[in-house]
Amino acid sequence: MITTPSLLLIIAVAVLYSSGFYLLLQRSLMRVVLGIVILGHAANLSLMLTDHSITLPPLLDGPAGEISDPLPQALVLTAIVITFGVTTFLLALAYRVWLGDNTDEVPDDLEDRRIRRLREPEDSS
Amino acid sequence: MNVLLAVPLVVPLLGAALTLLLRRLPTAQQIASSLVLLVVVADAAVLLAHTADGTVVVSQAGGWPAPLGITLVADPLAALLVLVSSVVLLIVLLYAIGQDIGGLSRATPQVFHPIYLVLTAGVCLSFVSGDLFNLFVGFEMMLTASYALITQAPTRSRVRASMIYTLVSLTSSILFLTGIALVYALTGTINLADIAGKLGAATPALRMVLALLFLVVFGIKAAIVPMHFWLPDSYPVALTRISAIFAALLTKVAVYAVIRTQTLLFARDDISTVLLWVAVATMIVGILGALVQDDVNRVASFALVSHIGFMIFGLALGTVAALAGVLLYLVHHIVAQASLFLVNGLIRQFVGHTSLRAIRGLTTVSPVLAALFFVPAMSLAGLPPTSGFVAKVALFQAGVALGTWQAYVGIAAGVLTSALTLIALFRIWTRAFWGTPLPDMVEAKQRLRNASNRGGLRMMTAMTAVMVTAGLVVALVAGPLSELGFTAAHDLVDGEAYIHAVLGEEAPTP
Repeated sequence: MITTPSLLLIIAVAVLYSSGFYLLLQRSLMRVVLGIVILGHAANLSLMLTDHSITLPPLLDGPAGEISDPLPQALVLTAIVITFGVTTFLLALAYRVWLGDNTDEVPDDLEDRRIRRLREPEDSS
Repeated sequence: MNVLLAVPLVVPLLGAALTLLLRRLPTAQQIASSLVLLVVVADAAVLLAHTADGTVVVSQAGGWPAPLGITLVADPLAALLVLVSSVVLLIVLLYAIGQDIGGLSRATPQVFHPIYLVLTAGVCLSFVSGDLFNLFVGFEMMLTASYALITQAPTRSRVRASMIYTLVSLTSSILFLTGIALVYALTGTINLADIAGKLGAATPALRMVLALLFLVVFGIKAAIVPMHFWLPDSYPVALTRISAIFAALLTKVAVYAVIRTQTLLFARDDISTVLLWVAVATMIVGILGALVQDDVNRVASFALVSHIGFMIFGLALGTVAALAGVLLYLVHHIVAQASLFLVNGLIRQFVGHTSLRAIRGLTTVSPVLAALFFVPAMSLAGLPPTSGFVAKVALFQAGVALGTWQAYVGIAAGVLTSALTLIALFRIWTRAFWGTPLPDMVEAKQRLRNASNRGGLRMMTAMTAVMVTAGLVVALVAGPLSELGFTAAHDLVDGEAYIHAVLGEEAPTP
């Protein structure tokens, strides 16, 4: 039995991707980290959507064709573990940035500032 | 045969666990990780000997037949890259050990060794993995290790740089996962050989979208313009031993993934025009960036970005000769970039920093250092008789043989980039190596000479010399290497050998 994926889930994936990328473009590091978390959810949910037989019971027993596809579930499980680990690391890094700078805003790029200074005449050695 | 493919993944991971247990015994830790990398080098050499005639070695993990289980595959390209990478990893490890023996680094060796070995396993897995998800896992192993390595000896600027690096890599990983989901939804398989046979049934528009998505995913990691912005901000900030490995290997693993997916999966979808213009942009933008920098490490990082363009140019041409040139260029670039960053590390050791504003007369301070800088600089600029010259000539010849106007545009950009590379590197030469040394540099050298860390410094210099010599050896064996390149390129363009080796003789080919 093959069913098309539910429209609701597809809309959910679209919402997750767009809000994830929106948060990723913010200046506050906390929001950026949340953006990565939400993007991870979006990717995992779209992996789940690839299972055409998602409405069937999971892989326990029963003949082929009457159980759902176990592969996307295995992939999602691995992906969740990886995103979880890296998110923890990101939070620790964000904390270190906050300890060092006392702000969780992403600062201006140092190199940008240096190149802007190069345009001023007294620095043209 | 199965063991050969498993060793480069399993042994470094076991070694990582072992070095973690040995964290209280620095000498034992150093010996253990060197031995692990020696085993990987030996294994990779045997693997290359098996595949040199174009054979594709396959291992099905756990005995599950191909599209179901985890498949490890080594064709000549993958085997050669595993060998070159493990040799470079070994030399940089010995350089780092020398630095630690001399007490010249602020890195934490207890943490460095285990993570370095995990990085080794990740790099090797990415080269030999035969399915898309395993490639993702290999990338993640390599990148997670690199996130931890880039924050070694954390300073404020290092933490900030690694934040950017981690976020950008993570975004591309999530896009990679999305790509895997789309491919699985379309074909019902994630085995590379199986996908290659089944993608043909999809509409050309869908295939094109997937090809571009994977180009973006690997393009971010390979620092292809316009997705290169993160690299010059993060690599120069890390410790030298770490930026040397990053510059030599991480971007090249991504270039390998671009080559693998674009030749095996999307060979029939013509995005070669996109690839060509992206390659030209990468060459020009990268090298223009290098011209205005005044830090040795930043110049080297921008040069790195620009030279990724050469490999993408070869892939865009897509002929057997061009792909053979790409293979030569990959080997040349891995060794030359590693040498340049190791030399920069020595400069930092001698002077205390790498800013061109406060370095003069390095030739007087250390003639050996000047010689060590000169060779990889010549090689990157592509002057004869270095490996860079050989690799560039191979690519340009392939372009002329193809003869389209786009190929000539690419060649023109390549020649211009080589000339500008020469200017960028000679700016370092005239500013840092010529002239009379600044007084504090002479002092710093005296301090270094009198100190008890001379043995460590000697070992670092020796390892840099070994890496530079390895670059010269690449030029010497260019003939056999180019023959191997043609064998590998033939496998890549044809694709049948790969698919039949993985799935059996009766498998469908595109």
